[in-house]
Amino acid sequence: MTNRIAVIVLLLGLGGVFANLLMGYVPDADLNRSGAYYAQHTAAETGSANVVTAIIVTYRGLDTLGEVTVLFLTAAILGLALALESRPQAAPRPPSGELLTTGSRLLAPLIVLFGVYVFLNGHLTPGGGFQGGAILASATLLLLLTDPLKKFGHGLISRVESGSGFFYVSIGVLGMVLAGGFLDNRILPLGTFGSLLSAGAIPLIYSLIGLKVGAEFSSMLANLADTEERK
Amino acid sequence: MSSLMLAIAAFTVLAMLAAALIATFSKSLSASILAAGLVSLLASVLFLVLAAPDVAMTEAAIGSGLTTFLFFFVLARVRGGDND
Amino acid sequence: MIAKIAMASGFALILIGLYGALTHRNMLRMIVSFTIASTGVNVALVAVGWMLGRTAPILDAAVPVTEALQRVIDPVPQALVLTAIVIGLGVTALMLAYAYRLHATKGGLDITDHTELKW
Repeated sequence: MTNRIAVIVLLLGLGGVFANLLMGYVPDADLNRSGAYYAQHTAAETGSANVVTAIIVTYRGLDTLGEVTVLFLTAAILGLALALESRPQAAPRPPSGELLTTGSRLLAPLIVLFGVYVFLNGHLTPGGGFQGGAILASATLLLLLTDPLKKFGHGLISRVESGSGFFYVSIGVLGMVLAGGFLDNRILPLGTFGSLLSAGAIPLIYSLIGLKVGAEFSSMLANLADTEERK
Repeated sequence: MSSLMLAIAAFTVLAMLAAALIATFSKSLSASILAAGLVSLLASVLFLVLAAPDVAMTEAAIGSGLTTFLFFFVLARVRGGDND
Repeated sequence: MIAKIAMASGFALILIGLYGALTHRNMLRMIVSFTIASTGVNVALVAVGWMLGRTAPILDAAVPVTEALQRVIDPVPQALVLTAIVIGLGVTALMLAYAYRLHATKGGLDITDHTELKW
């Protein structure tokens, strides 16, 4: 009981801090300096119509590399933590129904296609590598749900993961050699503003990020699916 | 236009807080996981109202889709032996 | 006004989530509460970047490049939150994996049963 009272007192204090922040909040009338720079110069410097994409892929590309690395570490630690237990042969489960199998065969390619669409158009419309990667992972999820007995292709997932990571870093280094700096997108021509093949290397880099994120999420899901089902 | 946006935002916020309370205080663990997914989904609507379509898409795909699935996966693995 | 409402709801979600995480004893419930708190943080951060009468930072026919400075909202908080959501899923997956491992070794989800590191 004293525990709960302590928690409530703590949260009341935190709530007081939040209320103070909220009362003192005055919305800006103009963009601050970094926001104004991005709004003004994104179109000329990167050729990307989506300013958020330009920030993630080019201006703050190094942060995104770090983030993808953190995600990779998470997937690796998750695999390690789940692989520690001894895995007895799970009892065979009845195969999933005809409807589920046919439906997933029909839907999985379409979901993958949509994911690819989302990350290829990341510089023009909302969306990009992270969202597209999550959509790719949901295709994996569908396959895992329909056919739980099939050993999932860990080899393919890890090859996609490491391959896209390698090319991502290579493009970054290429940017250092051919253009202004690490992950600079101007190693390819900027093209016409607003068309699919524009914005230099941004569609390429975001596709690689999408593949990497999708592979990492898929490996997390596949690792969890491999754990035995408790009765 | 602005007042319509305001109404949508207020409604979404109320529903979101209700879902968060359900997620915290519900007796059943499945209901609480589903309510947490609903909080994420309503948050993505709120992001759309706040003119952040990129964030809305990410939240809908990751926050309410994959996270809810992960929870149910683990829940199915640990069922039996203890109830919430 | 919308920004204030959204920010207040973000703060409320943080408080609800923290309350749940600190009072529940079931580990899965604690993790659910943590995800609610992290959603709250994201909502509050995006609300900071919102400005009245402006639109999303995507330069298309509706927002010409020359008018971008007056027409779009701050893109930086959005980029931050985008990465925060993705990392949030990773953290949640990690917490769930450890909860599963603890359940497998001890056979319970009650956090007070795990006293090895208690002093």
